[in-house]
Amino acid sequence: MQIFPRSLNKLPAVVAVGAALLGGGVVGGFWYYGTPKHLQVGYAPRQPVPYSHRLHAGIMGMDCRYCHSNVERSGEAMIPPTQTCMNCHSLVRTDSARLAPVRESWRTGQSIPWVRIHRLPDHAYFDHSVHISAGVGCSTCHGRIDQMDIVRQDQPLSMSWCLDCHRNPGPNLRPRDQITNMEWRPDPAQQVQPQRRVEPPQNCSGCHR
Amino acid sequence: MSSANPNAPIKEINEVALAAPEYDFHRITDDVAKVTENPAPRGWWVMFLIAVSLLGALGLTLAYLFWKGIGAWGNNQPISWAWDITNFVWWVGIGHAGTLISAVLFLFRQKWRTSINRAAEAMTIFAVICALMFPGIHVGRVWLMYYPFPIPNSMGIWPNFKSPLLWDVFAVSTYFTVSLLFWYVGLVPDLATLRDRSKNKIRRMAYGAFALGWRGSNRHWQNYERAYMILAAISTPLVLSVHSVVSFDFATSVIPGWHTTIFPPYFVAGAIFSGFAMVLTLMLVVRSVFKLHGLITLKHIEFMNKIILATGSIVGYAYAMEFFIAWYSGNDYERYVFFVSRMKGPYAWAYWSMIICNVISPQIFWVKSMRTNVPVSYAVSIFVNIGMWFERFVIIATSLHRDFLPSSWGYFHPTPIDVMTYLGSFGLFFTFFLLFIRWLPAIAIAEVKGVLPESDPHFEAHGDHGSHGDEHHDDDHKSDDHAEDGESKASSAEA
Repeated sequence: MQIFPRSLNKLPAVVAVGAALLGGGVVGGFWYYGTPKHLQVGYAPRQPVPYSHRLHAGIMGMDCRYCHSNVERSGEAMIPPTQTCMNCHSLVRTDSARLAPVRESWRTGQSIPWVRIHRLPDHAYFDHSVHISAGVGCSTCHGRIDQMDIVRQDQPLSMSWCLDCHRNPGPNLRPRDQITNMEWRPDPAQQVQPQRRVEPPQNCSGCHR
Repeated sequence: MSSANPNAPIKEINEVALAAPEYDFHRITDDVAKVTENPAPRGWWVMFLIAVSLLGALGLTLAYLFWKGIGAWGNNQPISWAWDITNFVWWVGIGHAGTLISAVLFLFRQKWRTSINRAAEAMTIFAVICALMFPGIHVGRVWLMYYPFPIPNSMGIWPNFKSPLLWDVFAVSTYFTVSLLFWYVGLVPDLATLRDRSKNKIRRMAYGAFALGWRGSNRHWQNYERAYMILAAISTPLVLSVHSVVSFDFATSVIPGWHTTIFPPYFVAGAIFSGFAMVLTLMLVVRSVFKLHGLITLKHIEFMNKIILATGSIVGYAYAMEFFIAWYSGNDYERYVFFVSRMKGPYAWAYWSMIICNVISPQIFWVKSMRTNVPVSYAVSIFVNIGMWFERFVIIATSLHRDFLPSSWGYFHPTPIDVMTYLGSFGLFFTFFLLFIRWLPAIAIAEVKGVLPESDPHFEAHGDHGSHGDEHHDDDHKSDDHAEDGESKASSAEA
C-alpha cells in the first residue's frame, strides 16, 4: 500500500538544498553580523562635552601626549583630568556654553563622565606603553583620530585582530619619533628598524594573565 | 541477517535455543510489536511519570546552575573536578555495552546478542546524551560551548589539538554519531514491520517515514546486511578508542593517581563492565514488565553475567596493579596516593565501597546457580553500577584532594545542586529509554528470527509450527546449507 505520495521522492533533494541554504545563511550571517567588525567598529557615543579631536589634534596640531600624557610609561593611555582642559580654557573661550560642564567640573572637583570607547574584555590584558615602545603608532589601532569630530572605534579589537599583528608585527611598526604622527605611512622601499627586539607573545597567558 | 556465515548450521551440538521453543516467526513479531501497540501497562506510566518529573527537576536545576555559575556545585580547589566529571565518565562508560554487543559480538558471531542488542544500543545513545551534558554544563559559561569545535571565529585561534579534553569532544561525538547510525540502520526492517501492522494513519505515516520505504526485498536485505557489516566494522575500534581517550583526560596529566599507563585498558574494561551491568538492570525490568521471558532467556542473562564476571575481574586486576606500580616505582607521591590516601584517607569509605561493589560482588557469578538467578543478577548489576560510579569518584576526588602543598588540601562536599544534577540525568536517561521501549521495537524482530530453527533453510515444520522441528533436523545439514540468510527473514519481515 502506498502511504506517501510520489512527489515525496523529491524530499531528500529539497531537504539537502534547504539545509545547505539554511546552514550557509546562518554561518554567513554570523560571519558578517556577529563579529566585532560589524558589532563594534563605528561605536561613537555622545560625550558629555563635544570635544573635537579634529580641531585640537588635527587643525591645531596638538600632540596626543599633551592630554594622554602617560601613554609611553603606563598601561593606560589616561583620560586627561579637567585640569588639563583648564590649562587653556581658563583663558580661551571662558564663556562658551559648550564648555560649561568643564567649568562645572573644575568648580566642584567632580570628574567629567567621559564615555569609554575602546573597551577590551576584562580577561584581556593590554598595556599601552609596551606597544608604544615597540613602535606601534596611535593611528594603527585608533585610526585617524585627527579627522574625527566625534571619536569612533576604528578597528574591531577582536582577538584575531590582535593576533594578526602579534603573529607578524613588522608591517605595523614605525620609528619611535613617528608614533603620534597621524599621517605616517610605511614606505615599502624602506624596512623599519625597530628600536628593540619585538617578539609579541602568542601564548594564552601573554594576554590572558 | 546478523550471523553472517550462511553455511553455518543453525545449531551446534549442545547449543541451546536462544528463544523459548514456543516461539515462531509470527509470535516474535506479535510479542515485540504488541508492546508498542497495546496501551502501556501501569508500571510503565509510573516509571515514566517519575522520569519526567526528574527531567523537569533537571531543567530547573540547570537553569539555576547557569544563572549562578558552577559555584552552585561543591567543586572548588583543590577538587575542581568532582561529580560533574565523575558523572560524565560514568555515563560514557555505560554507553559502551551497546556498541560492544552490537558490533563486537556481531563480528564474533555471538548470536545471543540478537535479543538484547536493540535495547543496549538505545541505552548507549541515551547514556552518551547524558554524558555529553556534563562537560557541556561544567564549563560554566554554556554560551561559549562552541569553543572546543574547530570552527572559524573572530579569535583567530583553533582549539588546542594537544589537549585530551579536545580529543574527548571528537571521540565522544564520533561515538554518538556512529552509534546512532548503527542503531537506526538496524531499526529499519523492524520499523517497516510496525508500519505494516499499523491500524491508523498517524502510526503508518510515522513508522513509514522512518522505515525509508523498506519492502524487505532480497536486494534490500543484501544492502542492509552490507551496511550493517560496515557499520559494525567502523564501530568496533570505537569500543576501544572512546574510553581510552576519556582515560587520557587523567592519564596525560602529572597528578599522582592519574598519571598511569594502565588507564586506557583499565577504563575500557570498566566501561564494558558498567555497560553490561546497566543492560542487565534495564532488561530484567523490561523483561518482566512486558513479559518477554521467552526472548530474553536465562541463557542471555547468564552470558551477560559471565561478561560481568570477566570484566569485573580485569578491573580488579587493574586496581591491584595500580598498587603494585605505586610500590614498585618507589615514588613517594604515588605510594602516598595509593597506600595512604586511598586505603586509609578521608575517602577510604569510597575506595572500599568501590572494591566491594566492583571486585567482590561479581565473584558470586562463579557459581552457575547464582548467575542464572534473576534476583541475584539484578542485585549484582545494581552493585556494579554503584561501584563503577565510585571508581570514577575515587579516581577524581582522592587524587585531587591531597595537593602537593598541605595548605591546599581539601574535601569535597556535594551541594543539593550536585545531587539534583546527578538525579536529573537519570530523569533524562529514563525518559528517553521509556519512550523508546514504548514506541520502538525493543527487541530486534528480524534478527531474533534469524536465530530461530525456522530460519534454517532445511527446516521442515511437520505441520505444527517450528516447535518440534529443531532437534532432529539440523544435524543432517551441517555443511551443505548455502541458502541466503536473507531470504528466510525477508519473507517474515514483510508481514
